[in-house]
Order: sequence, then C-alpha cells, then structure tokens
Amino acid sequence: MPSATRDTDATMVDAPAEEGAVESPAPEEAEEQRVRVLPGSTEEAASFEFENEDHTLGNALRYIIMKNPDVEFCGYSIPHPSEAKMHLRIQTYDKVSVYDVLEKGLNDLSDLCDVVMDKFTIARDEFNAQKASGT
Amino acid sequence: MVGQAELDRRKIVGINAETVTNVTSTDFPGQWPGEDHSWDLDFFKRTFNVKFHSNDQFDSSFSLIGLDASVANAFRRILIAEVPTVAIEDIFVIHNTSIIQDEVLCHRMGLIPFRGSREGLRWMHWFQKGNDEDPEGSTHNDYNVCILNLQIECAWQAGGQMRAVNGETDPNKLYNNHNVYARDIIYEPTGQQITRFADDPVRAANPDILIAKLRPGQKINMRMYAMKGIGADHAKFSPVATASYRLLPTIDILKPIIGPDAEKFARCFPKGVIGLEPITREEGQREGSEYKGHEGEMKAVVEDTMRDTVSRECLRHAELKDKVKLGRVRDHFIFKVESTGQWESDELFLESVKLLKIKAQRMKRALAALMR
Repeated sequence: MPSATRDTDATMVDAPAEEGAVESPAPEEAEEQRVRVLPGSTEEAASFEFENEDHTLGNALRYIIMKNPDVEFCGYSIPHPSEAKMHLRIQTYDKVSVYDVLEKGLNDLSDLCDVVMDKFTIARDEFNAQKASGT
Repeated sequence: MVGQAELDRRKIVGINAETVTNVTSTDFPGQWPGEDHSWDLDFFKRTFNVKFHSNDQFDSSFSLIGLDASVANAFRRILIAEVPTVAIEDIFVIHNTSIIQDEVLCHRMGLIPFRGSREGLRWMHWFQKGNDEDPEGSTHNDYNVCILNLQIECAWQAGGQMRAVNGETDPNKLYNNHNVYARDIIYEPTGQQITRFADDPVRAANPDILIAKLRPGQKINMRMYAMKGIGADHAKFSPVATASYRLLPTIDILKPIIGPDAEKFARCFPKGVIGLEPITREEGQREGSEYKGHEGEMKAVVEDTMRDTVSRECLRHAELKDKVKLGRVRDHFIFKVESTGQWESDELFLESVKLLKIKAQRMKRALAALMR
C-alpha cells in the first residue's frame, strides 16, 4: 500500500543570504563534556570521572600521564560498558598536584598529535611527489 | 647505559606456538633503573616516523613507527567511530509501490555513503533530535539538513509488451527504469548550500549501488533528509569501510636452515618473505661456523617480513621450530585505511589525529572550569 505523507516542505526555512545572520547554534557539538573529581580525592591522589569518554581518550591519556616521572600511579577504568563514563586515577609522589599532572598530560597529548600530523603530512606529500615523478 | 641490543629486544613481542609474550610496553619512568623514559617531545619528534606504502584515493596504507599502541588504537577508534559524515537520517515516503517494504527501503537508503564538499560538511551544524530536555530539537534548516529526492517510475518500453509476448525475458529490453540505482538520487540544495556545495554537490559515493528493482506500474517517491553524524551513533555514519592496523612481524633465524629444510621453510611463509641464498665458500670455511661443509647449498634468508601473515606454520614442523624465533615489533603499526568515498583516506587519518587533539583540548577546558 502506498504510504502517503503530507509534504513537509513548508517547515524548511531559507537562510538569509548574508553570513551569520541566521539564528544558528554554535558549530561545536552541544553535548557538554564534564569532568568530575570523585569523593575521597586529595591534592596528591585523585580520581576523575569523565563523561562521554571511553578507551579512545582513556588509554592514550593513561600512557602519556604514566610517562611523567612525578606520577606514582595512573590507571583508567570504565565502570560499566552501558554508561559512557571513564574513571582516571592519578597518584603522585611528593608534593606534586594531581591537577597539574593531568593538565600536563593533556598538553603532551596535544603536542604528540601535532607531531604526528606534521610528520604524516610531510611523508604523504613526499610519497605523492615520488609517485607523480614516476620513481 | 643500556645497549642497542637490549632496546631492540624490548621492542619485540614474542610469538610462540601457543602463547604471546612480552606484550606490554615498558617505556615508563621507574621501570628500568637508571634509565629515563619520561615524556620528551624532542625524542618523540626524532624517533617518530611515517612511511607510506600506498596512497590511492580511497585506500591508503602507511606505517607509523615509534608510536605507542594506546595512541595508535585511539586513532583507529576515532577513524571508525568519530569522524563525522553525512548520511540519510529521515525519510518521508510519499509513494512506494515497489516490492521492497518501506522500512527495508529506508534502511538501505540510510546505508548509502554520500560524498560532497568537505568544507560544506565542516560548515554543517549538528541536528539535535528532540529528547527529554529539549522535546523540540533543532528546526530543519539549510545548515543542518541536506534534502535529497528519489522519484522513479518503471514503465513498459515502446514495443516492450510485444517482445514479452514473444518470449523476451531480458528486463533491459522490456522495461524502462527497472533498476533503481544510487545515481538516481537527486540533490536539492537549499539556502546557503547552493553556494557551498556548488562545485561538489552531495551525491552517492558509489553511483552504481542497486537500491531496488521495479516492474511496470511501480513507483518510488521519497524525500530524504541527510544529516551529519558519527559512527558511534550509527554505523552508516562511519567514513571507513574499515580502518585497521597490524604490527610489523619479525623473523629471527637462530640456526642456519640449509638445503631442503630451507625450501620447506620458505614454503611456510607467503611468497617473498623468505629468500634462498647460496652459502659462500667463505662462510663454509669459517672455523666454528655451522655452515661448514655445506658450501654451495642454499640457505634461508629473511627478505621482506611485511608480507608475512604470521601463520606460525614454521613452528608446526619439528625440524624448523627450534631454529627460528617469530615476533612482532611493538611500535611499528602498519595502518590500512579504506574509505567509503566521502573522505579521502589520507585526509581521514589527519582528521582523526585532529579529533584526538580536540578531545584533549576539550578536556583541558573542562578541567580549567572544574578548577575555578
């Protein structure tokens, strides 16, 4: 049987010609990433809860933070696979603040991504040039 | 100071007949006394290397050397699940008298990969469906929805009925429009899309995808809204057919493998992995060499381990298994990125790295907000 629907074309609103004049929301995703410190944390030993994160960021961040010599312990876990929450525990030696360590870890991860992007682009361009010149 | 041999040994994951050993990376500060393995951006810049093996438009293969498994896996996961693409999300079925049910047809439409201007895709906003907090969701606008139409009707060809009566069965000779292909989907740009997608309009990445088959009198008329989404939400949004990596295999020949054993050894691996070389007189005559007396015979030599599929076949043979050690290099990732057609493979990887950086920076902002 043919399914008939009313044409919903009327709801489409043509944007005005000039840029940015339309009531558009911010281009980023509206979902808020939240970080929470779990109870029982101190300045030198803390557990963080990241929402909407999983092994993608968790394992990479754990690796980078473990590379910090001030860190005594760093591990991540996902309490339940049905919930998109990731717990990250950091314990530091001496008097180093956990928040500094986490921030340094995130900075180092950004730097790592920059290096990967640069080297990849250079290698890709070289390979394409080599292919084009027929070597 | 630790020797190079020890460093190389640490990099190899051992592959034995039934087990895998030395799997975890150990380059953390405090793991090895006297050595400093703390994060050093300059060291990483020096040792990290990218080598391309092939770079076709939608299929590229490259090696990342010097990276850790956790980061390589992060790139792979982002490639599969978090690079945004456009796919059909909502369909208004105005007329469907084909034999394919509405829901089956709509499911198939959703799985068709679409390509279009990348700048246009970046400009597009996310469409929020209504949920508990915001029952209305976004309104349909030119910045979050691409409209596509499929209107096709199958009819008898001129003289087709006569041919059918005479016994002709080939549908190409009897009907018009009896096969509905992805190339029959027509893009209807609205608002700013007219300019942004002018050079590279939204169209199916593979125009030859067969969507449905029709017979005379059957008609399909659908109005489809394509939206931006990520693979984590629905696999139709995943930009890769698949993205995978493997570690570079290593083959260490511990004791010489000579003569017929060498040929058997070479047959245990795919072609090109093991080569046969004659034993030189000098090797045969060297005192204490195991080649003594075998001058002129062929010995097995490792040529190209990248072609190896690590089937461990050589470990199944008693005469070979003690003479060879198999392994994988822990920080050499051979990536293979197969795109479905919306993004180009190398652009896809760059986008994935960018997204990991964006994740880290978003966390930094959230952390800063937490500290306040």
